[in-house]
Amino acid sequence: MIPEPAAIDRIIRRGRATMLAGLVAVAGIYVLALRFTPAEQHQGLAFKILYVHAPAAWAMEMAFVLVGVTGVLYLWLGDARLDVFAEASATVGMVFGSVLLTTGPIWGRTIWGAWWAWDPRLTFTLLLYLMFAGYFALRSALRDPVERARFGAVIGIMGTILVPFIHLTVYLFNSQHPLPVLGRPPCPPGGNPNCQPSLPWVLLKPLLLSFGAFTLLYVGFVTTRYGIGLRRVAREAADAG
Amino acid sequence: MTTGRAALVIAAKDLRIEWRHRTRFATSVIFAILVLLVFVFAREQGGVSLTVLAPTVLWVMLALATIVTLNRAFLLERENHALDGILLAPVSPTAIFLGKWLANISLVMVVEAAAIPLWVIFFNVDPRPRLFGVGAVAVLASAGFTGPGTLFAAMAVRTRFAELLLPVLLLPFVIPPLFFASQATVRILGDAPWGDIEGWLRLLALYDIAFLTLAAMLFPSVMDQ
Repeated sequence: MIPEPAAIDRIIRRGRATMLAGLVAVAGIYVLALRFTPAEQHQGLAFKILYVHAPAAWAMEMAFVLVGVTGVLYLWLGDARLDVFAEASATVGMVFGSVLLTTGPIWGRTIWGAWWAWDPRLTFTLLLYLMFAGYFALRSALRDPVERARFGAVIGIMGTILVPFIHLTVYLFNSQHPLPVLGRPPCPPGGNPNCQPSLPWVLLKPLLLSFGAFTLLYVGFVTTRYGIGLRRVAREAADAG
Repeated sequence: MTTGRAALVIAAKDLRIEWRHRTRFATSVIFAILVLLVFVFAREQGGVSLTVLAPTVLWVMLALATIVTLNRAFLLERENHALDGILLAPVSPTAIFLGKWLANISLVMVVEAAAIPLWVIFFNVDPRPRLFGVGAVAVLASAGFTGPGTLFAAMAVRTRFAELLLPVLLLPFVIPPLFFASQATVRILGDAPWGDIEGWLRLLALYDIAFLTLAAMLFPSVMDQ
């Protein structure tokens, strides 16, 4: 059931307001990260790219997982709004994926000495990104909106199942990618020299805030795209009827 | 008719049609040979030995030959609206998926059986002690390729760009099993102990089970008309 034009306009307005709040929050995080947060002991200033890279990864994975979840719901309920949401989330996921795949090599060049070191997690992220590029290619090749929504849901679900593989690879393979900084057990005192300590609070605080800011930005982007998508579906329905 | 029996009937129908024409099989084998030749001519002579290159070439060749084979999987049904006939038959969509998958994996394995000896000859691989191991990896990898491949072929055939879309949709899903299979093959050819190979085979099997189950569950949504 597609909402009335006035309700769609309200959704777009709310989306734009949230997006603006998200952009202000992101700007605030960067001021905090660049001006008031000390440089990391080993990586120096290069480490600050973490405050873009890690939350972009979070937002991309959240976006793609939600494409899969809404795909399941669409196949179950058949509500066109779920497909509009899935398409909006996939689009925003691609934007955050582009940020992730741009900042990753820039960071890698400084720390590993190579733009692309074929690190398993970066590589699997690229795979996921390309898979969602295929999602849009498939959608654009289908004329029937119901078929487009069903096939999109199927690809979205398949892609979401690839997400755990991305996380698994960093543990299963000999990765150069740093281990997650959240939820890592502390190093034993005077013990294993290979143990990577968890992030100190002064560096962790801006990171946690950046996750919140990027989540807000995601909500803003998706709500706006969702509203625009609803407007398009309403126009298509009016043209057909 | 039970799902299993219906799947076997559909697979037998596809393989019978393929046996009569043999176009898909012949094209895929010729394509596989050409991929082998491309690798031989693209490498720097004396730079990389053929033996070192062999496992990589094997998996690139098999993955690409699988895509060429799968491209025709549902085109047959699109001609003369044969797909409508199958959908009208009193069998479940899961049986149709399993039947098409069985036919596809059988055909891919026949292509592999023809292409692997040529790889052995062209790349000077001594296969005698390891043929069983490489064959087992090939079967597991083929299941990983053809599970999502059958699902995507059913979707791609409904679009205007079927031949172009299938590789774009399938290749991201082919790369993980290709990576696991390639790692296992390198270790098998290098006479590594079983403990070094086992992990890669388990990952391959896990991937096969996950994506084959998922593809079978999602296939009815693709066939829904």
